Amino acid sequence: MPRFSVWGTRLALLYFLAGFTIGALILINKAAPLHPAIWSLLPLHIEFLLMGWIVQLVFAVGYWIFPRFKFEPKRGRPGFAWVALGLLNAGIGSLTLASVSGQPAWVLIGRVLEVGAVVVFAAQLWLRAKPTETGVKV
Amino acid sequence: MPAVTRWFIKSSLVYLAVALAFALWLAGQSIGFAVVPGLSPVFFHFFLVGWVTQMIMGVGYWFFPKYSPEQPRRSERLGWAVFGLLNAGLLLRGLAEPLFSSNAAATWRTALVVSAVLQWLAGLLFVVNTWERIKER
Repeated sequence: MPRFSVWGTRLALLYFLAGFTIGALILINKAAPLHPAIWSLLPLHIEFLLMGWIVQLVFAVGYWIFPRFKFEPKRGRPGFAWVALGLLNAGIGSLTLASVSGQPAWVLIGRVLEVGAVVVFAAQLWLRAKPTETGVKV
Repeated sequence: MPAVTRWFIKSSLVYLAVALAFALWLAGQSIGFAVVPGLSPVFFHFFLVGWVTQMIMGVGYWFFPKYSPEQPRRSERLGWAVFGLLNAGLLLRGLAEPLFSSNAAATWRTALVVSAVLQWLAGLLFVVNTWERIKER
């Protein structure tokens, strides 16, 4: 497993645990109210599990297992993948700030960063979605 | 493919079918199907936990790098514990949430709390069993 995929998968696992923890708190709070503020964590529960867990894991595993090129860099330019990972996590961080601070501007910034992450990652992976080894140099 | 992976995958496919049946029922409420309180969150969680997450857990247990030659998937016992806890918790939620939404009896309150704890434990043990397999080789 390449270093990028190790980082992506481990970050995804951390978001998975954080998202599951918030989800458990919300469900417990529904049945046995603990604190009125807990329900406001719902957007973070969704964000951590959809973007932090599922999308990030897809980035990490896709980079690892998609067909490789014949020539180096065999997984495409790793810098693009790292930029995508950075943008994705910055986006999730911005949405976390939005949830904590109540400032809607952070939501907009977060979504822009997440769109950027997906565009950069798609560009990185695009040519590796191929039927057989083509020997295309990147 | 290890046995626990086969159970994860086949269970996840059943959850997908059931979640989509719930989606159909929710859509049908606009044309006269009986309204079931609490069905919407059960649909979302059967889809995203029962189908998506359980499929990832099963395939990940099979596919991630080996922990060691002697224990390629780290702990098989933890793998089964994750499967059992996740499904017990999710099925309990599927039963208790609609019942709690129409009758907030202590039984259903307790069932929801237990379901949350069971699913959280499954998530924690999955991360514990997976973390050290995520490594460069």
